[in-house]
Amino acid sequence: MIETVNLRKSFGKLEVLKGISEKIEQGEVISIIGPSGSGKSTFLRCLNLLERPTSGDVIFDGVSLTGKGVDINRHRQKMGMVFQLFNVFPHLTVLENVTLAQVLLKKKSKQAANQYALELLARVGLTDKAEEHPRRLSGGQKQRLAIVRALAMDPEVMLFDEPTSALDPEMVGEVLQVIKDLVLGGMTCVIVTHEMGFAREVSSRVLFMDDGRIEEQGSPGMIFDSPQSPRTQAFLSKVLR
Amino acid sequence: MFDNFIPNITRVLGKYWALFLQGAGYTLLLSFITVFFGTVLGSFLALMRRSRFKPVSVLATAYVELIRGTPLLLQLYFFYFMLPEVLPMLNLSKFACVSIALLVNSSAYVCEIVRAGIQAVDSGQTEAARTLGLNARQTMLRIVMPQAVKNILPALGNEFVTVIKETSLASTFFVGDLMTGYSTVRGSMYLVLEPLIVVGVIYFLLTFSLSKVVASFERRLKTSD
Repeated sequence: MIETVNLRKSFGKLEVLKGISEKIEQGEVISIIGPSGSGKSTFLRCLNLLERPTSGDVIFDGVSLTGKGVDINRHRQKMGMVFQLFNVFPHLTVLENVTLAQVLLKKKSKQAANQYALELLARVGLTDKAEEHPRRLSGGQKQRLAIVRALAMDPEVMLFDEPTSALDPEMVGEVLQVIKDLVLGGMTCVIVTHEMGFAREVSSRVLFMDDGRIEEQGSPGMIFDSPQSPRTQAFLSKVLR
Repeated sequence: MFDNFIPNITRVLGKYWALFLQGAGYTLLLSFITVFFGTVLGSFLALMRRSRFKPVSVLATAYVELIRGTPLLLQLYFFYFMLPEVLPMLNLSKFACVSIALLVNSSAYVCEIVRAGIQAVDSGQTEAARTLGLNARQTMLRIVMPQAVKNILPALGNEFVTVIKETSLASTFFVGDLMTGYSTVRGSMYLVLEPLIVVGVIYFLLTFSLSKVVASFERRLKTSD
């Protein structure tokens, strides 16, 4: 579904991604773990070209996204993204957050968009907040809203960039549960996360990134129980205590 | 000399209150024209500055720097003499020439206000909108601008207050504003300080009450966030 070919990204002199070639298949749930500064988020943000790769390519549904004349906006509709800091739209109501792109880009009627939005909001327990502005929501509620906002575009894949890192501890569970439900529903997911227990539970494959490369990858069992690379071992021994 | 101070002020007011009132009206009108069209032009300049097409952004930047780097009085003289020379067929009035100079000046400052207002919107908002599939224009119109307006409006209110004071320079050309009223009264009553006090109080009342309005408006915007 998504393939990266020798993906490289530099910010000025700093090379953050040092050539990543990876394939993500439909239905996979991939967790990306690794120390901070290892390039996890940059890699994720390259998948929908939020960061433009310095060289290499991203191929989505057989289309090279870096090619000339590619309408990236059309492809982005099919790749939902959830951010660490939620980035919900504060000037719109909860409902409008979810309907905006549907009406604007999918050319749905306001009514159809509202109906779908309410259906999705019900799934994450935000029905009674539909008419509120996001400032009245807790962090966990904002993040659930952000997930629903992305889902409303019926994406083929969901990209999560540390979705629980900015949450108070008591709110992490409610957000992880929503992601879990998505996974159970068969959604293809790529998740950058520091929640090792969660990664182990939901992933079909775990990528360990270090220093701009994928150092090691495999099933959660392989990575967490018998990591081969010394770097993976060192990292896991620090985070799994 | 201070013996007659209060009686003199009373005399000045009694005789020329209508002139001061008219002057205050012209000052407000001039300020309003300046800020209104300055905002239109300034917003346009701000968009030009953000353009990815280099010559456009360089042109806008040069304009802003030039206007902000030269005195307003110089610009007033420049437009006052240049416009009738270059566009004689328009038959521009003094008032029109002065207005144009003022609004050109204000547009450079408004440009920076708009630019700062847009930049103050968290870049995560743009990223979230773009990942939904909105293009750059839709993102600007639907997501960034509505939030930037909250930063921009109070600053524009303050610009209006500033412009009210700056229009006094336009009295150099006797365009009927408050400061022109002062010159008239000074000439006809041979009094220097008294009318100055009167005009000063009027300016202060205008700017003080306006900045209070702006401040309360700003508080209202904040709470609605």
